[in-house]
Formats: sequence, structure tokens, C-alpha cells
Amino acid sequence: MLFKLGSLLMKPGAKMALLAFAMVFPFLAANEYQVYVMASAFVWAIAVYGLNIITGYCGQLNLAHGGFFAIGAYTLGLLTADAGWSFWPAFVAALVMTAVLGFFVGIVSLRLKEHYFAIFTLCVGFIIYLLIDKWEELTHGPIGVRDIAAPSGFGLVDFTQTTPFYYLVLAFLVFSIWFVGRLSRSLLGRTFIAIRNGDELAQSLGINLMRNKVLAFVLSTTYAGLAGALYAGMVRFIGPEEANINHTFDMITYLLVGGIGTLTGPLLGTVSIVWITQSLQFLEEYRMIIFGPLLVILVIFFPRGITGQYLTWMHQKAQSLAPGKKQKASKVQTASAREAENNA
Amino acid sequence: MLKVEHLTKMFGGLAAVNDVSVDFEAGKINAIIGPNGAGKSTFFNLISGLHQPTSGRILLDGVDVTHMPCDQVARLGVGRTFQTTNLFEQATVLDNLIVGHRLRTRSGLWDVLINSKRLQREEKAARDKAMEALEFVGLSGVAGQFIADITQEERKRVAFALALATDPKIVLLDEPAAGVNPEETEGFAALMRKMVDHGLTVCLIEHKMDMIMSLADRIMVLDHGEKIAEGTPEEVRNNPVVIEAYLGGDEDAAA
Amino acid sequence: MNLFFQQIINGLTLGSIYGLVALGLTLVYGILHIPNFAHGALYMVGAFMSYFFMTDLGVHYWIAMAGSAAVVAVLAILCERLVFHPLRNSPPIHDKIAAIGVLLFLEAVVQMFWGSDFRRLSSPFTGIMNFDGLIIPEQRLLIIVGAFTLVIALQLFLRKTMTGATIIAMAQSREGAFLVGIDANRVAMMTFAISGVLAAVAASLYAPINLVYPAMGHLVIMKAFVIIILGGMGSIPGAIAGGMIIGFAEAFGGFYISTAYKDIIAFGLLVLILSVRPQGLFAKGAH
Repeated sequence: MLFKLGSLLMKPGAKMALLAFAMVFPFLAANEYQVYVMASAFVWAIAVYGLNIITGYCGQLNLAHGGFFAIGAYTLGLLTADAGWSFWPAFVAALVMTAVLGFFVGIVSLRLKEHYFAIFTLCVGFIIYLLIDKWEELTHGPIGVRDIAAPSGFGLVDFTQTTPFYYLVLAFLVFSIWFVGRLSRSLLGRTFIAIRNGDELAQSLGINLMRNKVLAFVLSTTYAGLAGALYAGMVRFIGPEEANINHTFDMITYLLVGGIGTLTGPLLGTVSIVWITQSLQFLEEYRMIIFGPLLVILVIFFPRGITGQYLTWMHQKAQSLAPGKKQKASKVQTASAREAENNA
Repeated sequence: MLKVEHLTKMFGGLAAVNDVSVDFEAGKINAIIGPNGAGKSTFFNLISGLHQPTSGRILLDGVDVTHMPCDQVARLGVGRTFQTTNLFEQATVLDNLIVGHRLRTRSGLWDVLINSKRLQREEKAARDKAMEALEFVGLSGVAGQFIADITQEERKRVAFALALATDPKIVLLDEPAAGVNPEETEGFAALMRKMVDHGLTVCLIEHKMDMIMSLADRIMVLDHGEKIAEGTPEEVRNNPVVIEAYLGGDEDAAA
Repeated sequence: MNLFFQQIINGLTLGSIYGLVALGLTLVYGILHIPNFAHGALYMVGAFMSYFFMTDLGVHYWIAMAGSAAVVAVLAILCERLVFHPLRNSPPIHDKIAAIGVLLFLEAVVQMFWGSDFRRLSSPFTGIMNFDGLIIPEQRLLIIVGAFTLVIALQLFLRKTMTGATIIAMAQSREGAFLVGIDANRVAMMTFAISGVLAAVAASLYAPINLVYPAMGHLVIMKAFVIIILGGMGSIPGAIAGGMIIGFAEAFGGFYISTAYKDIIAFGLLVLILSVRPQGLFAKGAH
């Protein structure tokens, strides 16, 4: 069923249909809670799009992503609850904060190769958690931050209500996806992918590793901060738990299931898992018992996730046209490959 | 056009490249041969900037590139292939080559955001360049195929095309003919002659002696990091020092 | 003076535990080039197994520890066979994600059976030894002595036995090892098994003076990674030395500077050192 969903997404015009569906969803939903769930799925999807930039396209496994999500949430939370700022200025501040911190963490950590980078970011994520938990004068420690402002509305639009907030998040999601789409098809995105294919080859092609890796990293942390700030405005009460490494692991799972390094992957993975977890509420305690082996199985058998599997399947279908017709096959392939690549 | 003076690279206490000096002439096919572990790939790494030499100088058309980082050296016109090339398997051949022109472009994040004229211009130029490189190596027919589906020989040609797409003055080819049959090897040799005809300088590391002897204008022989011989194929072929390095002993004992 | 001596004992204790855990980690990384993020989970399972054997089965401390070591060794081998072996040719990112999957799974299973509450593991060594005014709690002495004994035993195993020699051969040169017919699979399984035993014993030794809970492996594993980066991947002396450095830094830093932030010391060191030397303190050659 997920597979069919994935294949539907690839067809041209599917994007419009999907957007239309998303826009009428609040009216189709059974109750307000479902709208809330979808809105939170969208928030996490935005964060996962960010993760996709550094880990999917650029190939560096960033285990501090959840930490930056928390920094975005806390920046917004503390500025509105403690310093009395209104939502939107605090929102911008959250973006700036995560971008700047991302820059400094990036220039130190991205000189590290492969495993060291993952380990380093794991530690950075933990340091963020520790600081949020212990630095009580600033962050309120384990008590958390309450009474965070919701996005300031305008006219009749009140963002403390679920449905208007849903549309707000949807707008940000659409923008996020649009931007990542533009990025991945551009020369810049191709540069990131070249780095993923191999540092040495990328350098030999004249690509400055540090500049590009740091850029990818900062983009990804800004996405995380954006999502975190939206999250804070949505739940209005946050605690050190937001910086827990489990959120990073969750996001990695969403990304892997959907399809790492693809355009539809983050959305597909996040929405499907959030909804599956919702419908299987009674299995909530066993969540990780399922997620754990799921990750392992995915990585061994389906490393490219739903989207990847679909592309592989389509590709094999094109290939299986009789060998004598290789010329024709390559033409068919060209068209479908280009289409698939553009949409994926 | 590429002048190497007393190049040395130490790893710990071991000299991977030891006091090597050589002049690579423009427009010629220069080969580097030597037994395994002789330091040939390290030599390439030093020239292309992936490793920093311990001492010595490298001059590219008179410019001192000794301590330049790899991406800058590439921009100055040094193209490179590796023994194994990692390409994006799930993308088309053409797609893989577009990034080859990146080093000649200036578009950045802002250009992506606003879809600037500059970005559009440069992406078209990159695509054209990719097509051009592909045609040069004779693979325009597979432009739309996925890397995963083309043959080993075609993949090596794609690697060539990638290096060519950077608009180099000199290409360093690391074992380009490894793992291909004699007919395909001849194809690569023809390709290299074509590169030279178009004004490029070629520098290659190879183990296939037949190919080297008939193809190369000049040959340099490395053994244990040192240059032990240099000259035309004829000169090198008959050089006893070279023969000994390869056979590792008394040539009479083989009889 | 006495307080100072206490911190030395604390430093040695912490250093021994960290060293043992780092040792297991560095063996797997040095020989198989896998950063086993699930190592902390093995450590945690080791503690819970000892707890289970002692409290639920009423077995003596030593036997519980041995049982725990056996269980975790088998678990580690399963990880190697089912997870890391199939991924040996995949891009490195898959190794890491799979390890995370194993970690999540093990924690969830333990939590399912024992909940997330903190538990205490009691050991028969609750007494205090008094050396002429210098006071050392028995358990801490046990930890220090136990750790050093294990390390010596490991060194003897690696250097004096044939099996140990095959492991060293693999670490030095994979191709060379293959050429002389060493079975890579056996070496991989053994390496994982050893790392599992080290983790389980470390956890069982440390548990009585600490708490047992499903997330207990998180901090330890991160510090272990810091240690092996500092001490050099695959280096046994590096793991021990690094463990001691972090152990002492935490004991003294925690006591004299701040208890709340003592965990940051290890990471602060990591940030500092990697900022200056991205290849770690002891990088070998070109790679």
C-alpha cells in the first residue's frame, strides 16, 4: 500500500493532487486531533528535509540534528515566554541562532572524515541536551518552558487553533520542499552529491569540500531550527526531552523509510510512520522493538527506502524490454528516467 | 609544462616518493610505470594536491602549485581519474557529468534561491560541456542510461569524460585500462591519442606494457619511490636497471 | 589528603570501567572498521543480565557475571552475523544506521521486560578495606583489580595463542591475513564476542556502585568513542590510557570543579583535540 502510494507520487500532476489533498485534509479529517497529528507530521517532515540535505545529498551522517531542532524550539520558547518577544521576531531569531551555531559546529566537525563526524555530532547532540538540562538559569532545566507564544495571527486568523496552524505548517512545508527541490537539481545540489560520491573525486573536480559541506550543514540546521520553532509554537510547552537523541533516531528512520537522498522520501517516510504509529497506538511501548529491526532490515535490503524501491522497480521494468530492443529501451528509459529523477 | 623538482613524500619514516624530478612535456603522452608499491599513485596524489609533499616543488606552466589544495589545482587545469571511480549509480550518464563543469561556475546559494540568470546560464553551459565530453569519448549514445546499466569499459570512459569536462590542460590517468580486454585497451589508447591531438597533455600510470610501449612518447620508471629510469619506450625497454626492478633479480636466473 | 586519595581511587575506578568498554569498542573498530554504536547497548544488557541472574535466579555474583558475559558474547556474535556481515560492502553510512537500529531494539526489549526504572544490583563486596588509614571500598578495588586482570589476560590471549595471533594479523593487514588463509568470519565473530565480554564484565563490575537502567549505556558509549579517538583506533594501550585520562579528569573535575557538568569534560576534550588534529591524536600513516 505504501508502495502504491509512492508510485502515485511519481506521476506528473501528482504533486498538484497531493497539494490539493493536503489543503482539503482538515475538512476530510474525522476530528481536530487528526489535523493536529498531520500538522506535527509536517513539522517533523520539515526537519527531515533538512537532515536529507546533509545526510542524504551530501552523505554525512549528522547525529546532532535533533539537538538543533531543540535549539530552534528553545530559542523561540525562551524569547517568547521569558523575554516577552512576540512569535515572528522570535521565529526569525531561532532561524538565525540555528544557522549561526550550525556554522560554528560545522567548521569544526566537517573536517572530520566519515565515522569521526558521526561520532562527533553524536557528542554534540548530547552536549546540547546536557546544557539544556543543566543550565537552569537559562533554560529552566528539567522544568521546561511553559506558555510559549503561538504564531501571531492576523485579522480573523488565529493560530492558537489547530486548523489555521495546520495551514501555516503546510505553507512552510511546501516552501521547504520547493527549496530542496530547486537545490537538488541545481549545480549546487550536484556539488553536494559529488561530495557524497567521494571526497577525493569531488576535490579533483575542483570542489571546495569545506565550503560546500559547511553550507549543506548550515542549511540542514536551519531547517531543523525552523521545524523546532514551529513545534514550540504548536505545543507551547517544551522540555529537555526535545533534545533527546531519540528524536534524531526517529528522523533517521523516517528518512530511511521514505528514501534517503530523494525528494519525496522525507515527506513519504515521515507521514507514513507517524500515521502508522498513530493507528497502532496500543503498540506504542513496542515502538522501538519494531523500529530497531526495521532500520536494520531497511539498511540491508531496502537501503533506498520506498522511493528508491519504486525507482528501482520502474528501472527494472524498463530494462526488461527484450535485449534486442536495447535502442528502444534506452529511449524509453531516458524519458522515464528523466521523469522519475525530476519527480523523485 | 609540468615540472617536478626533487619531490619527496614521507609517511612516518617511510619515503613513498623519494627525490623525484621530471619534466612532462606539453602535448605528449607521458607514462609512469613501476612495480607495485613503487609510489606511482602517491606521485599523482602529490601533483593533484591530495597529499602535501614533504619537500620539493611542482610547477604547472610556471606556476608553483606545490602546496596548493586539490580543488585549486583542478581549477588550474589538472584533470584526474582514479583506479576506482564512484559515480552516482542511480542517475544517468549525462547527469553524472554535469558537475564536471562546476569548477568553472560561480553560482551559489543565492542564485539557487532566486533562479538567477547566471545559474540558468551556467547550468546550460555545464550540460553542454557534459554532452561535449561524452561525444569526445564516444558515448553520446548512452547519455540517458543509468550508470548501473552500462558496461565496465563504458564506465571508464565516463570517468575520462568527467575529467575532460573540467577543461583540463593535463590529465592524470591512474590505470585507465585496468580490467578491460585487449580490444578495449586499444580503444583507450586511441582515445588518449585523440586527447593529445586536441592539445591535452596526458600522464598515465599503467601496467600493460604492450599498450605503454606503443602509446607513450616518454616513460618514467619508479621503484620504491625513486626514479630509476626515464626515456623513450625503446630506451626504457632495454634498460637493465628497469628489467631488474621488475624481475627483482638476476635476469640470467630466468633462463 | 584523604579526600585527594579518594579521588585517585575514583579516577582509577572510572578509568578502569571506561578502559574496558573502550577496549571492546576499539577492537571492533580497529579490526573491522565498524564504529559499533550498539556497544553501549551490549554494556547495558550485560548489567541487566547480571541483575537478572542475581535477583531473579538467586545466583552468586561471580556466576551471574560469567553468565552475563556469555549471553552478551552470543548477542555480539549475532549482531556480527545478522547485521554487520551483510553490510560489509555497503557504504559506511549503512553500518552506522544499522548499529543504531540494534541499539534501539536492545533498549526497547530490556525496557519491555524491566521497565525504565532504576534498579540496584547488589554485590557481596560491600565492605571497606583499610590500608593504614587509606580507605578503599571493596567494590572499587575489585573493579580496578578486575579490569587490569582482564586486560592482561587479553594481551596474553592475543600474543600467546594462535587464535589471538589471527586477530592481530587481521588488524595489521587484511589482505595479508587473507593470503595466509585466515578465516575473516571467525576473526570477526571472535572480535565481537570479546568486545561483548569486556562490556558485560565492565557493566557487572560497575553496576553495584551505580544504577541499572535501560539508558545507562548512552553516556558510557559516547565517552568510549571519545577515548578511542583520543587513544587511537585499534590501540589497546591507547584505550586503557585514554580511559584513565578521562576517568581521572572526571573524578577530579567532578569533585573540584563541578559535579553537574562533569560529563562534559570528555566531550570538551574531544572537541578540543579534534579541532586541532582532525585525524585524532594517534593517526597512523596515510589513512
